[in-house]
Amino acid sequence: MVEHRPWLTFLTHAVLIIGCVIIAFPIYITFVASSHSLDDIVTSFPKLPGNQLIKNYGRALSVGSRDVLGATVGTMMLNSLIMALGITFGKISVSLLAAFAVVYFKFRLRMMFFWMIFITLMLPVEVRILPTYKVASDLKMLDTYSGLIFPLIASATATFLFRQFFMTVPDELCEAVRIDGGGPIRFFFDILLPMSRTSIAALFVILFIYGWNQYLWPLLITTDESYYTLLIGIKRMMDVGEGQAEWNIIMASAMLAMIPPVLVVIFMQKQFVRGMTETEK
Amino acid sequence: MADVSLNDVYKKFGKTEVIHGVSCDIKDGEFIVVLGPSGCGKSTILRMIAGLEVITTGDISIDGKVVNRLEPADRDIAMVFQNYALYPHMTVYKIMAYGLRIRRMPKNEIDKRVRNAARILELTDFLDRKPRQLSGGQRQRVAMGRCIVREPKVFLFDEPLSNLDAKLRVQMLLEIRKLHEDLKITSIYVTHDQVEAMTLGDRLIVMDNGYAAQIGSPLEVYERPATRFVAGFIGSPAMNFLDVRISPDGGSAQLRGDVKLALENGSIPEYAGKDVTLGIRPEHFKLTEEKEGVMHLSVDHVEQLGADTLVHGHFGEDKTSLTVRMSDIQQFKKNTILALKVPSQKLHLFDKESGKRIGK
Repeated sequence: MVEHRPWLTFLTHAVLIIGCVIIAFPIYITFVASSHSLDDIVTSFPKLPGNQLIKNYGRALSVGSRDVLGATVGTMMLNSLIMALGITFGKISVSLLAAFAVVYFKFRLRMMFFWMIFITLMLPVEVRILPTYKVASDLKMLDTYSGLIFPLIASATATFLFRQFFMTVPDELCEAVRIDGGGPIRFFFDILLPMSRTSIAALFVILFIYGWNQYLWPLLITTDESYYTLLIGIKRMMDVGEGQAEWNIIMASAMLAMIPPVLVVIFMQKQFVRGMTETEK
Repeated sequence: MADVSLNDVYKKFGKTEVIHGVSCDIKDGEFIVVLGPSGCGKSTILRMIAGLEVITTGDISIDGKVVNRLEPADRDIAMVFQNYALYPHMTVYKIMAYGLRIRRMPKNEIDKRVRNAARILELTDFLDRKPRQLSGGQRQRVAMGRCIVREPKVFLFDEPLSNLDAKLRVQMLLEIRKLHEDLKITSIYVTHDQVEAMTLGDRLIVMDNGYAAQIGSPLEVYERPATRFVAGFIGSPAMNFLDVRISPDGGSAQLRGDVKLALENGSIPEYAGKDVTLGIRPEHFKLTEEKEGVMHLSVDHVEQLGADTLVHGHFGEDKTSLTVRMSDIQQFKKNTILALKVPSQKLHLFDKESGKRIGK
């Protein structure tokens, strides 16, 4: 659509710029706060970045807030990363296999299993949190990485997405592999997996952010600070009761917490868009 | 190389039976075309030979060994699919090598075979491309290359040319024919296109609703169709069918309105006085003198095809319509009366109920 109307161009740009400013403003405030000493922030909030940037981030990464002992932001970032990657890879592999089974194998009650998976789409984590907690604690998974990851890796959404994708793959490809002498595992790894590359990339972005932003479950299952994820850590830094929260360190941690998802989006943007829009055929 | 034999093969999908007992012996090195309209079960037969469908009853053997319970990979067959089924993310080289790699063939042997096949099919320049960067004809050749490198006992083709345009189809037809002459591998080819069937086949299996209506060489099928269905399916434009009554002595066929056609092989006394169906191919009518004409066709319209002229018209009291094919360009006005005769050896008679051919 080509329209040459200067005032329209001005208007649309103005709307976009205002939108960007509104969204970027809190992030700017966070950044400014993370670059001053605590006293500066508490007394009068500065408008421009200060000179304490490296000091604050250095302290956050290596020492941590004085209110959360036993875990530096560095440790917590690592925990978050392990959990996010674990959830992402777990979800992708489990749902790939589940979709493969549902689409390519004939077994009793196949459709029932599919609908069972599908119905769990409608159940958010919060609904099943009590039984899940009981199971995790009976399996002695409290305060472990397995406890953080495994209860979250079943994914109806991803299974459904892969099922839809597999159904568009022509049956002849499967038959061609059978004639070429390959079994189901070969078909899966040699043909199906490379063909779903773009959908996997798109899911990776979504699931990584989902995993990174997990809050409720890690909060329940971790009591040992060395297993805290960053999001829990930030929350704990603010829970100081009567005292003064270290806002400069909290803001620095919040900035740090933003970095990995942003990096994932930046580096996988191309694949993400491709995975959402096109299928290789 | 091997012979293939089908022995009373039946196929049921659930409760519906789609193949009703097909038997056929295919000789080593033969090119067999399975021909039929869509839904007649021709692809099902091919898929049973390939091992992609389970055989309900009956046996299929390849090279003397019953293969009913063998996986497709163990039957030593190769198949060209209708939409080629090329792995979209692999290069041409990898697609062709894939089957050999699974069989753990040494690398240098794979390389030799792939390059050889690529040379035969003129694909050498495209070995590094992916399927989507190839044209339809090239994809088709890759699909065949994948089969050639395997050096299988039997080639199976499932309507391989139906996705190509007319010109390319003719070219690929000749290439397939040539390839078969060079490699002499037993081939089974499924199609609904009679031109492909007539060009390629050493023998045809004409399928009609799950039955093998006729098995024979292309000319046999054309000259002596075994059933009314085969007669109508083979040949373009289709054969004309007329209702006739056999004379009391069984020596001639009588059309309504006292038109009599003498039958070639003397008489068929067992059908004397009975109603049968008479088939005459459009190309077998001859234009003749007014008094010698057996049928007097009133022209309805004329189709000019360049090399041929098709005349559609009707004759007799009940206005039986007929299609007549004449060579070269002919000009006729509507309602012109044409006198036609038919050589008696070009008449085909079919039983009204069973549709089977009467006489030799």
